[in-house]
Parts: sequence; structure tokens; C-alpha cells
Amino acid sequence: MKNPYFGSLADFARGRDEGRFTLEEVTRYFLDRTRALSGEIHACLSVNDNAVNRARQLDNRLRREKAPSALTGYPLMVKDNMEVREMTTTCASRILEGYRSLRTATAVSRLLSLGAIILAKTNLDEFAMGSSTENSAFGPTRNPWDPSRVPGGSSGGSAAAVAAGITPLSLGSDTGGSIRQPAAFCGVIGVKPTYGRISRSGLVAFASSLDQIGPFAVEAEDALEAIVAMAGADPLDMTTAPRDPEEMRHDFQRTSLPELRLGIPAALFGEGLDGSIRERLAEVRRGLASQGVREEEVVLPHAAMGINVYYVLATSEAASNLCRFDGVRYGFRSAGSESLREMYEETRDKGFGLEVKRRILLGTFALSAGYQEAFYRQARKVQALIRQEFLEAFSRCDVIMTPTSPTPPFAFAEKTGDPLSMYLSDIYTITANLAGLPALSVPAGVDEKGLPVGVHLIGPPWSEGRLLAVAREIARQWPASMPRVHAMNGRDPIGVGGGRK
Amino acid sequence: MSEGMPLFRGYEVVVGLEVHTQLLTKTKMFCRCDNRFGAPPNTLVCPVCLAHPGSLPVLNGQAVRLGIRAGLAAGCTVNPVSVFERKHYFYPDLPKGYQISQYAHPLLSGGSLRVRTSAGDRSIRIHRMHLEEDAGKNLHAGIPDKSHVDLNRAGVPLLEIVSEPDIRSPDEAVDYLKRLRQLLRATRVSDGNMEEGSFRCDINLSVRRPGAPFGTRVEIKNVNSFRFVHKAMLHEIDRQIDAIEAGETIRQETRLFDPSSGTTKPMRSKEEALDYRYFPDPDLPPLVADNVMVEEERQAMPELPERRVLRLVETLGLSVADAETIVGEEALAAYFEEGVALLETIPATRGGKGRDRWVSFVLSEVLRELNRRGEGVLTGPTATATTIPLIGKVVSGDLSFSQAKEVYQKAVEEGLDPLEIVSRSNLAQISGEGELLALVEAVLAENPAEVEAYRKGKDRLFAFFVGGVMKKSRGKANPEKVGEILREKLGSPAS
Repeated sequence: MKNPYFGSLADFARGRDEGRFTLEEVTRYFLDRTRALSGEIHACLSVNDNAVNRARQLDNRLRREKAPSALTGYPLMVKDNMEVREMTTTCASRILEGYRSLRTATAVSRLLSLGAIILAKTNLDEFAMGSSTENSAFGPTRNPWDPSRVPGGSSGGSAAAVAAGITPLSLGSDTGGSIRQPAAFCGVIGVKPTYGRISRSGLVAFASSLDQIGPFAVEAEDALEAIVAMAGADPLDMTTAPRDPEEMRHDFQRTSLPELRLGIPAALFGEGLDGSIRERLAEVRRGLASQGVREEEVVLPHAAMGINVYYVLATSEAASNLCRFDGVRYGFRSAGSESLREMYEETRDKGFGLEVKRRILLGTFALSAGYQEAFYRQARKVQALIRQEFLEAFSRCDVIMTPTSPTPPFAFAEKTGDPLSMYLSDIYTITANLAGLPALSVPAGVDEKGLPVGVHLIGPPWSEGRLLAVAREIARQWPASMPRVHAMNGRDPIGVGGGRK
Repeated sequence: MSEGMPLFRGYEVVVGLEVHTQLLTKTKMFCRCDNRFGAPPNTLVCPVCLAHPGSLPVLNGQAVRLGIRAGLAAGCTVNPVSVFERKHYFYPDLPKGYQISQYAHPLLSGGSLRVRTSAGDRSIRIHRMHLEEDAGKNLHAGIPDKSHVDLNRAGVPLLEIVSEPDIRSPDEAVDYLKRLRQLLRATRVSDGNMEEGSFRCDINLSVRRPGAPFGTRVEIKNVNSFRFVHKAMLHEIDRQIDAIEAGETIRQETRLFDPSSGTTKPMRSKEEALDYRYFPDPDLPPLVADNVMVEEERQAMPELPERRVLRLVETLGLSVADAETIVGEEALAAYFEEGVALLETIPATRGGKGRDRWVSFVLSEVLRELNRRGEGVLTGPTATATTIPLIGKVVSGDLSFSQAKEVYQKAVEEGLDPLEIVSRSNLAQISGEGELLALVEAVLAENPAEVEAYRKGKDRLFAFFVGGVMKKSRGKANPEKVGEILREKLGSPAS
């Protein structure tokens, strides 16, 4: 984490407590950098005007008392489909342009209560539907490693923000890979926790049974701290589980690589997988084996149907969840309609982008009378099989490894005309959502073009701590390098020479 | 089942009813907004019931409890697992674009309710009861060309109670609804207030020749009083029979009752029926019935109306009709029984005599004032604590029954304690032998011809003499004592 102040969350906490820097200084640094890179990367949709004030207040408080948490004063960016009171929450959609939130998402408010400082809300594919952030109504985010390429999606803004060094921590949401795939494309760690680990209250729903909030960070420890802070039962979300978040910290410390059994679903490493990604993965496997990790081949016969199942279930739920955007109570309403029906149709036609409309139509179809049995219900049955197969596989291994994405970051417009090929970029990540399992993407070096490659780890329910322990080892062997915009060698666009006290 | 069923122009009517009743919870079904009628528009709302982005439903346990209670009261089975689903349609009063309801797996199944009509007692089976949320209300009054929406009601807990198609006449339908409402009130599940929309009914009706298979059914919506249910059904029965006799086929459709014309009008046909795209709500885990709650509700079940009627008949000697009238109004029944208990605490009114007066007083005076003025007459100055002593004065002979009625009437009108009115207007009854004797003699002296006729056998004139004495005393004479003296004076009529 190349910034003038700290290299990790723990380093930040030390520096803060030792008075190496003020929170105001740090906050101003990241905000300035955010503004300077807003044209080149376009990671953010709105900036928190109150961030510097909050930093100053925290600085004052820290003169009197000890910081309650490592996260006190830590910069944070939040995907713009999570509510932050008094800020806008647009979901990168025209239909919510200018919409101000009345409340703060539980996950975010738990970080805020520990003292995190929200710098900005980040760009995404409209309503989190997409794998490239090209579906944002407010323009795409560019990959800090190569601005001609996409950062992945849908949480592309949050991934690019950490990669570009405009924040050390950000939040995304993951329905089919929306944290992990952009994490891989941007060369950072991205974690999708177990379904029910983190409250969805305040997360604008895409597919409620699959959505889960998770962090982007550079260090595994930092991601762990963020998840622990956000996790736990929430009276506002009946799908949260009453699990003790501390179990993750415990597992993280306790996991020992020499005893670890790594599951390899070899059947998934065939057709469609980019050659250099396959090579990177082989190297990671050798590296882990050198630490005593033992490989087990696992078979997931229905995993290949994940994409089919996902695009029935996720679109069905999405079509339902997006019914509320009707122009009646808030958000965009098309003017001059002659009738109620016309108002609905024009509002939704003008308010939603193409991909969102495509998914609403797919989902409406999949749930409609006469088709529900063939599509929605059938998909639910296959989903149950996939989950069962994963749970059985975890009786023979502790962690399953796959690539995060079958391809490296692709160029803009490369896949926008071919939705199916775009959907296939989630082929490795989708099954974790369908099975409700925790999974993450950790960088494992770069391919021959110098683009980052991500390794995908899936674990049994509630094993986030274990997954992050493995990720820490991979990160140790292949330290994250940072893209050009992240370098501080004089080409830094805003010059931070005097930053350090 | 057709045997002995009422026929309409030679057709049998087959009816099933769907009742939506609002539950008496403190807060709404899926958020913590107040569940209350009559607040200014859009003041009982929050991000959840306004369907703001990011909001999630959180189930109200009290609604589940009341649903279980209603189900147990009607003999339903509490299903161990039930599922909330989403029912989709677009309308401005439905903020999420879907209603959360239960569909394939309701909270309660089975059950029945006994109805009593001229055709006798019958059991109407209840198919299911399930929980769902109410919608808001569109308001079209006020600014021209504009509609408004009030979302105070959006998210209010509802119990939908679906009968089997066991009802065979408008009378039975109304009796079923009245008894169902009684049951819901007696168990404090709902206030059953039809004017405020907390008890609403949809009618599914078809006709057939006796013994024939079911005809095509028509659903009638928006029928919001017992009278309208009766009227809508009579009209729909005629409409369907007319159509069949004219050789037409009945279309499966939804019709709307228009109270102003007393007719039903088409709303949408089967072809236009909405595809609600039901599917399990992923925000709400399956509802697992809490056995502790079910047992608590079973144990705490209050006496149900049917049993209460029996008890009043058996222990107090009421007629079935009188007992049903009293039990039919939950508040009146409570008032009545409170009075019965109070009667036993006063020596003069202990035993049957005071009770008979009380029954007739409640069924005439109190019922009339209740219907006219509402439940306020059951509390305050005319609560049982002050009304029972008034009955006491009747039993002890200090007041005539008609005087007591007048006093009560006045007390209700003026909001005063009845006993205060008695003492203020010097209404004490004339019971003194001498005074009464003088009055009786005066009346007999004034009517020699009638005395003659009475003695010759025209015994119906006895009441005439009593009336004369009462009039002369300005109603203060004790009619029973007057009767005794008259009998003595006149002797038995010749037979």
C-alpha cells in the first residue's frame, strides 16, 4: 500500500497513535488524490463533503482519549448501492439520480461507529448488474493498470479505488462475483463473506438471496478487520446469522498451512481458461505445496450449470426487487404522462439502462405463469444440488481453489455487444453465491502483459478466517505490485512530497 | 350436501368468502410504524413501508401470534412451516410493487365455523388463513386531475381467511361473516371495524341446478358492509340465473359491487387476470411456528362466542336468541356480564328477579343506546357501577321499570349518574298502601262502566285500571302493588 503515511491498517493505527500524522492530513491526502484521478480513473460518483470535518473532530477527540479501534480515522469508500445517510445513493442509475438516503446501511454504520471516515461513494454497473462497470449511467471506471481496460464489475469503482491508492479500504457487494472479479482485474484482495454473515440492510437489493457485502483491501489482515467489524446478526435483516464475528479472527490466526487440504476442481480448468492465468495458478499451487499444503481433486458435477442457474434466479429476484422504482414516491419520474400506465412505462424506460431492462425482462419471464416451473423452480433445484456438492467436497478438503476470472481484464466495448460472453466472466465466482459460501480473490502476480491475475478461494460456510489465512500466504509469496497511477516516483499527479510529518 | 338447501328460482347458490381482517398489533407487519387508523396522511410511514431502496422487511411476531390465535379459535391446524411470498403488481398504493403474502404454504389450514340460519345449524369449513400486508390508499378527492396516495395503511398486518365454497345463501353468508367477526373480536385479534376497513370481504359466487357440478364462479370485490354483502349476492344470483336462462355462459371474471346502484359491474375477465409471479420472498426466512407460542395461545384462549352463548343460556336462563344478541356485540356482552356479577353483590338484586330485569333492560335500553351512540354508553356515567343500582331500585320497588328506563335515557343524554337524576327529580316510587289505595279507589270510582264490564268477565280491562292508576300517579306508583290492591278491590272476574 504505497501512500506517504502507512503500509497497512496496523501501520496506520500505530502511526495515528504515535502522532506520526493527523487524520485530517491523511483524509486530505486521499481526497486530493481522489479528485486528481477522477478524470483518469473515474472510480467515484460522489465525494463526502463532511470527511475533513469528521477527521478534524476525530483528531480532537484523539487528543483527549485513546482510539477505540484500529479503524478509527481509517479512510473508506463505499459502493454507491449502499446507503449512507444524507449522501446520495444512485446505484449508478438515472432512476435514482440525486436520491438522498434516509439511513445508513448497517455494515457501513458499524464501520462508522468504530471511526472510519467515508471519503466517497464509488462507481458500479447500474444496480450492480454487470462485470465491467461499463453499465454505469454516469460513465465507466477505468482500470488503474491499463486505462484502456475495464476494472471488472460490478464493484469496479471500489476495486479501482484501492488499486489506484485513493483509499486503502472500500466496500463492494457481490451477487455473482461483483467483488471478486474486479478485485482480480485490479490486483487487490476482495472478499465475499458467507451469506448471512453481514447485514444487507441498506444495501440496495439486486438478488436478495445472493447479495453479500464485502471489503476490498491490499492486505488480508485489513480485509479481515473490516469483515469482523461489519459482521454479526442485525435486527434489520432477518437473513443475518447469529455468528460471533470473532471466530474469523480466531480462524485466521489458527489456520496452519501444512495441515491444509486444497481442493482442485480440475474439470473446471479446461476450455475457456486463459493460458497465462492457468500458468499463474500452477505456480501458486507449487508455492502452496512448498508450504506443505496437500492437494485433493474435487468433483462438482453441477458447477458448470452455475451460470444458467444464476441468470434465472438473479434476474427473477432482480425483476421483483426493482418493481419499487416506479416514479411514484422518489427518484426519477418521467414528466407529461397521460395516464398512470404511461407514467410507469416511461419512467422505467427512461430511468433504467439497457442491461437492467434486459434482466428485468428475463426475470419477469422466468417467474411468469407457465414458465416458472421450467425456469425458476428448476433453477432452485439445481442450486440445491450445487450447494450439496460443495458441502460434500468440503468433507475432503478445506479450501477450493479456482481462477477468479477465465480471462485477464478485457478492453472497453470488447464484450458489451455479447452479453453471454460478459456473463461467462463470472463462471468461477457464481457458484459461491449460489451455495452461500465465503470466497475471495487474492492477487498472484501479473500475466505476460503485466495485468494482474487473481486466485479464487472458496471455503465452507463461516470459514472466512481460514480463506484469508491462505490469502495471506499467497500474498506473502507474490507481494502485490501496484499499477502506474499508484507509483509515487515524481509522476504522481498530485505530488505528495511533504505528506510525511 | 344439496339436500334441504335453499334454492333461488330453482338454482342452488354456491359461495365462498375471502375475508381480510386487520390485526390489532401495535405496529405494522414488517416495520415498526404504528398500526393506527385515522392519522393525517403519510404520517405513519418509514423507509420500509415506503419501499425506499435498501430497506428490508422484519416480521412482527405479534402478528404471527394473533394469526395463530385466530386459527386456533376456528379449529385450524398451525402449519409448522409457512412461507412468505411476493405477489407482484404495479399500483401507486403498493410501494414495493409487490405485496408480501403467504401463498403455497399458509400459516393455518383447515378449521370451521358454525352458522345458524332459518335453515338450521351448519358448519362452514375454513380452507386456510394466512398473513399478509395491507396496501395504502389512493385518494382522488381534492385537487382536480390529480390523485394522491396515503401510505399509512401500507404494511398494516392482515389475516386473510378463506372459506370453502360451503355457503348456500345470502343469509348464511351474512351469518358467517357476523360470527367470524365475533370470533375475531372475542379473541382480540381484530376490532372488526367495517367502516374503517379493518374487516373486508370478497365474494366468490356461482349458481347451479341442484346436484349439478359447480358453475363458473365470479368474484365480487369491494363489499364493505353486511347489508352490501346481502345486496350484492342477491343481485349477482339474479344476474347469473338470468344469463343462464337466456342461454349465455357465465364468464369467469372479477366484478365490483357498486353500492349506489346495488349492482355488480365487470372489473376484469379471466383473460385479463394479472400474473402475480408469486415466489418465496428471499428477505424473509420460512416462518417456523414457535410451539411455545402456539401452546401459550391455546392455554390463554378466551371463551369463544359459541360457548359463551351456551353458558348464558344454561346458567342464566337466557333464550338462545337473547344470548346471541348479547354475545354478538363483544362490548355489550362484557357490560352485561359485569352487571350480572354486580347484581350478586347487592342483596336486593341477588337471584333471579334482578337478573330478569337486567336482561330485559340490556336488550332494550342499553342495546338501543349502544346502536345509537356507540360504546361510550357502556362506560362513564352509565357504566354498570351506576346502572346496576338503578335496577336495584326497580327490584326493591322504589322505582317502576318504566321510570328506570326514563332515568337511564336521561342519564345517557345528559351524561349524568342515573342515581343523581333519581334524587334530583324526586322520582321515588309510591309504594305506600294508603296512598295507593286512594288512587285505586279514585280510578274505580271514575270508571263505573268498566268496573261493571270487568266483573262480567272482560278481564282484559285489568290493564286499563293499572294504566289509570299509573297515569294518576304520574308513573310513580309501584305497578305490582297497584295490581295487588286492584285484584283485592275488584275480586276475580266472573268466568
